[in-house]
Amino acid sequence: MSTEVIIAGLYVFALAAFLGYQVISRVPPLLHTPLMSATNAISGISLVGSLVTAGAHYNTVSTWLGFIAVTASTINVVGGFMITDRMLRMFKRQPAAKTDKKDSTEEQERA
Amino acid sequence: MGLLIELTYLAASILFILGLKGLSHPETARRGMIYAEVGMFLAIVGTLVHKEIVSYEWIVAGLIIGSIIGGAISIWVPMTAMPQRTALSHAFGALAASLVGVSEYYLHGADVGTFKMTALSLEVLLGGITVTGSLMAFIKLQDWIRGTPITYRGQNIFNMALLAATVVMFGYLIYDPSAHSLFYAMAGLAFVFGVLLVLPIGAADMPVVMSLMNSYAGLAAAATGFAISNNVLIIAGTLDGFSGFILSILMCRAMNRSITNVLFGAFGAEVEASTAGALGSMREVKAEDVAVQLAYASQVIFVPGYGMATAQAQHAVRELANILEARGVTVKYAIHPVAGRMPGHMNVLLAEANVPYSSLYDLEQINAEFPATDVAVVIGANDVVNPDARDNPKSPIAGMPILEVDKARWVVVLKRGKGKGFAGIENPLFFKPNCGMLYGDAKASLIKLADAVQHA
Repeated sequence: MSTEVIIAGLYVFALAAFLGYQVISRVPPLLHTPLMSATNAISGISLVGSLVTAGAHYNTVSTWLGFIAVTASTINVVGGFMITDRMLRMFKRQPAAKTDKKDSTEEQERA
Repeated sequence: MGLLIELTYLAASILFILGLKGLSHPETARRGMIYAEVGMFLAIVGTLVHKEIVSYEWIVAGLIIGSIIGGAISIWVPMTAMPQRTALSHAFGALAASLVGVSEYYLHGADVGTFKMTALSLEVLLGGITVTGSLMAFIKLQDWIRGTPITYRGQNIFNMALLAATVVMFGYLIYDPSAHSLFYAMAGLAFVFGVLLVLPIGAADMPVVMSLMNSYAGLAAAATGFAISNNVLIIAGTLDGFSGFILSILMCRAMNRSITNVLFGAFGAEVEASTAGALGSMREVKAEDVAVQLAYASQVIFVPGYGMATAQAQHAVRELANILEARGVTVKYAIHPVAGRMPGHMNVLLAEANVPYSSLYDLEQINAEFPATDVAVVIGANDVVNPDARDNPKSPIAGMPILEVDKARWVVVLKRGKGKGFAGIENPLFFKPNCGMLYGDAKASLIKLADAVQHA
């Protein structure tokens, strides 16, 4: 790995950390649970690493490890985004109007 | 082709940041998540055309199985079990990161340079700790083992020694990446350390553990990014890592404790006599009497705690609040940052019960309102309303910011039994003259109250 690649990576890390701090500090406590599931879904991007490992046919061990990794990170990506949306749908400013009521009984049935 | 993949990654990174930015307000949050989803989709499609990928059968199998499991969990998990689901997802994320790390090392072994070796080792270390640590947290949250800290003599020394051994291995591997067995031994130790780290941590400290595991899982993903030179992984992992880190700090601040104290303090293991002298007696009240006070109050504040989640009482709270509001009573909800088992837990439960978020108040916003409140209703919360934290410097929770319900004109505590709170600390609130205890299952009590208010 060349020095330039390493330095570029460290730049990306430092700037992402700074930006992340700024953006996430603004998330109100109200949304901390959805924040956790959202960041979890986003970091499921490690899926892209697993995809290469699972599909590149380096050898059997790698393929298997890759396959398990693809499954695990897909669970996080799909599940994480779905549950974040399920939670965010429930947050309403005003007491529920008629149309919202239906939405919420649906939620209760699911739960 | 390589450029195209990199461009999808760049787009994904930007969309992820926009997505998190959307979470700064409930109105923009869902749109933000759509940005993030589009970003994820682009990155995955971009990767699938990667030149090194020659066969798709394992990929497709993994994607399908993962989608089914992930989708099923997210549709059917009850909101009260959100902490457990989150703990599991930290374990899955970390598992993926550590497996990619092991596979990379297995492939390239001794040929990796110093920098890549550092990244791989960090990835496997953080990943391993998070996998087993989160699973332990899951087991504790699910009540498969008791939630109290599990301690033994020399625990901290043993854990420290183990950690030191792992660090030494880490250092040696960077010096000599060809030490294969050492790498796998280090990975194994990381898994063991995860279990040992969470064993002594009590259930009430879970919000901190959840946040820390969130952070580690993200950092493991970022380390993966360094190991395979992938910027979008570095960015997404770092965002996740810092999000968890910020939440850990907020949670610790809300308990006035340091992270070290949470991790190694085994809080709640021993019962201490915190308040000197007799506290007097607790006064048990009847639902009918409480109902009258609620019915003729002008402002009522509900203070939910983990007890509300275990009793699944969020809908019953909302029912009671509806009836009160129909009578012209102002109803507010006071949410302590560490109420429940994960950050934001109570907010989600109340939102599920259709409570508008404009009625949910943080600690700083609501404390000034208690003196002007007729009735504060504490539902399965204990330590977060313990006035000892404010008044008694000798208390184990001294200095922890609390919801000052004792300043309300009248306090009703809904509690399962006469036992102490989780931390085993006596709560002087229960003995105050303006406090009444309503024993029983929180949900049943609330339904009884709602019924009685209607007849008041």
